[in-house]
Amino acid sequence: MASLTILVADDTPTDRLILERIVRAEGHRVVCAGDGVEAVTLFEREQPDLVLLDVLMPEQDGFDAARQIKAIAGERLVPIIFLTSLTDTESLVRCLEAGGDDFLSKPYNRVVIQAKIRAFNRMRHMHATMLSQRDEIAHHNEHLLQEQAVAKQVFDNIAHSGCLGASNIRYFLSSLAAFNGDVLVAGMRPNGNMMVLLGDFTGHGLPAAIGGIPLASTFYGMVYKGFSMTDILREINAKLNTILPVGIFCCATMVDISFRKQRIKVWNGGLPESFIFRRSTQQIEAVQSIHLPLGVLKSKAFKDDCLVYELASDDRFYMWSDGIHEARNSDGEMYGEERLRDVFRANDDPEQLFNSILGNVQSFVGEEEKHDDLSLVEIRMEPPQLPTETAGAPVRTLQTPSRTGEWAMSFEVQSRSFRSFDPLPLVLNVLAEVPGLRSHSNTLYGILAELYSNALEHGVLKLDSTLKNTAEGFADYYEQRDQRLDDVDEGFIRIHVCHTGQGEGGKLRIRVEDSGSGFDAQPPRQVPNVRAYHGRGLALVERMCDAVHYLGKGNQVEAVYTWNHDDD
Amino acid sequence: MAITSHLTADGSTLNIVIDGRFDFSAHQAFRAAYETLPDRPEHYCIDLEGTTYLDSSALGMLLLLRDHAGGDRADIEIVNCTDDVRKVLTISNFDQLFAIRPH
Repeated sequence: MASLTILVADDTPTDRLILERIVRAEGHRVVCAGDGVEAVTLFEREQPDLVLLDVLMPEQDGFDAARQIKAIAGERLVPIIFLTSLTDTESLVRCLEAGGDDFLSKPYNRVVIQAKIRAFNRMRHMHATMLSQRDEIAHHNEHLLQEQAVAKQVFDNIAHSGCLGASNIRYFLSSLAAFNGDVLVAGMRPNGNMMVLLGDFTGHGLPAAIGGIPLASTFYGMVYKGFSMTDILREINAKLNTILPVGIFCCATMVDISFRKQRIKVWNGGLPESFIFRRSTQQIEAVQSIHLPLGVLKSKAFKDDCLVYELASDDRFYMWSDGIHEARNSDGEMYGEERLRDVFRANDDPEQLFNSILGNVQSFVGEEEKHDDLSLVEIRMEPPQLPTETAGAPVRTLQTPSRTGEWAMSFEVQSRSFRSFDPLPLVLNVLAEVPGLRSHSNTLYGILAELYSNALEHGVLKLDSTLKNTAEGFADYYEQRDQRLDDVDEGFIRIHVCHTGQGEGGKLRIRVEDSGSGFDAQPPRQVPNVRAYHGRGLALVERMCDAVHYLGKGNQVEAVYTWNHDDD
Repeated sequence: MAITSHLTADGSTLNIVIDGRFDFSAHQAFRAAYETLPDRPEHYCIDLEGTTYLDSSALGMLLLLRDHAGGDRADIEIVNCTDDVRKVLTISNFDQLFAIRPH
């Protein structure tokens, strides 16, 4: 045991001396006081670790001295052991009530004193450990709150942003919890349509909120470029499906609003039904969730079909997270859909609907209750006035990029790359950046793959497709292909892509040129005998495109692919 | 590309499942799936649910299987094909040779 400083206060010199000797023999430093006042003074000056205090002393008795010493010690634990010859219960209780931790009866027993000092020293250590851990926890907590405040600001800038300030949008997102897992993003497409997505991630807090960041960045990245709602939903779904753990997903409603056509497209996966409020009839039409939430299904199984509604000027669209329906009053009763419909029935001024809904829910829940995941959005069918500067959204929001992108690219694969390099994914990636072309990816891949195989196998590797007439030959063909790929040291394949915009769609010319001697092919080619093992490649391409041209000496094949993309 | 195959317990049906791109690179694996069997099963079922794309050489491979399985007497079903895969099969009139069932 480390040496302690121990204050001994006793007015009887012999008692004091006996005690001092016992304590010092244990290796402690002893400070002695003859009365209560001196004890308090010495306590302040010497900061002892433990106090042995006689109850009955002149000037100030032990009870008063104990109270003062405890006050001075503050939250530090300084055990006080009363020294007393009193044995009546009342006196002993008073000792403890005055702040004493224990008492020792006179005459002193050396063994008991030593054991008590050790026991209280252990307690002192525990107390000191507890205090330092408490301070550490408080420090960590403060740090965490600071971090959360900063993270929340970043999150809000990302997840509640875009053109939410537009004149035709009103929204409420309760901000009581640092992160509530609700995401609201809005953006303008180059064609003047507005897209809004309200999402509600499962769970609460940081794990729920974190998925909002990839969702929002994908949304903004694609809306401003003009991608269709189905492309955007597919992309968000794929991203969330990949990054979120099983069990965390995002219930969402997304709308694409064409002010020009006065039409609204809705996709609802897992949120409560949205309402369309028609001004002319004062009636509501519910738009139900017909899909699974975002992030649940693999891309292949994801369903992107939307519901389309014609709206008139000043009609309104309402969407919400389940926070409204599930808001509870003090009796634990839920707000539910009927009350929501009642608000619409009772309303006589559409302009007040938004505030009525919010007010009604809040008064149902009661003032003091918290409703920490309540989100409500109202969108009016009216071309928006956009705020000049929108936090979080790129400046290009308000630009209108040209729809008629005209560009061309050429790409050459050289002989030593044939074995290891597949240019198709790269070319396809470029094509998928054209809004509207993404949904044609599989067909485009098919066209590219047939043209490239053709150029490689016949043009460069000079394989003879009649080999494929028999099953054995079929295997030989691919063995030879493999062999020649290893040996090839000359030749090239060039892929030229030329894109022209046309109205709502465009025209793509894909020309694949090889270094071979060409072949004599006049379109249209006949689809070969249905039972033949080979010879279908170019026939397939001809059927997938608008036109196929054989150029040069037959070593260049050009496929023309036109597409239309009207998804206003 | 990944090809898995299994024979039903009674040995009557061979299921072949193709994931990813079904193109020339699948040639050996696809052939091995049916050629290594000691007895020829009565039915074949090609599951293309996970097939993202099918090229003209894959069409040739399907025909090789068909001839191996008895030509015009072969009993081969192609199931779960996506719209894009189905389109390629239809363009080539494969519905005349195989029982094609979409999703």
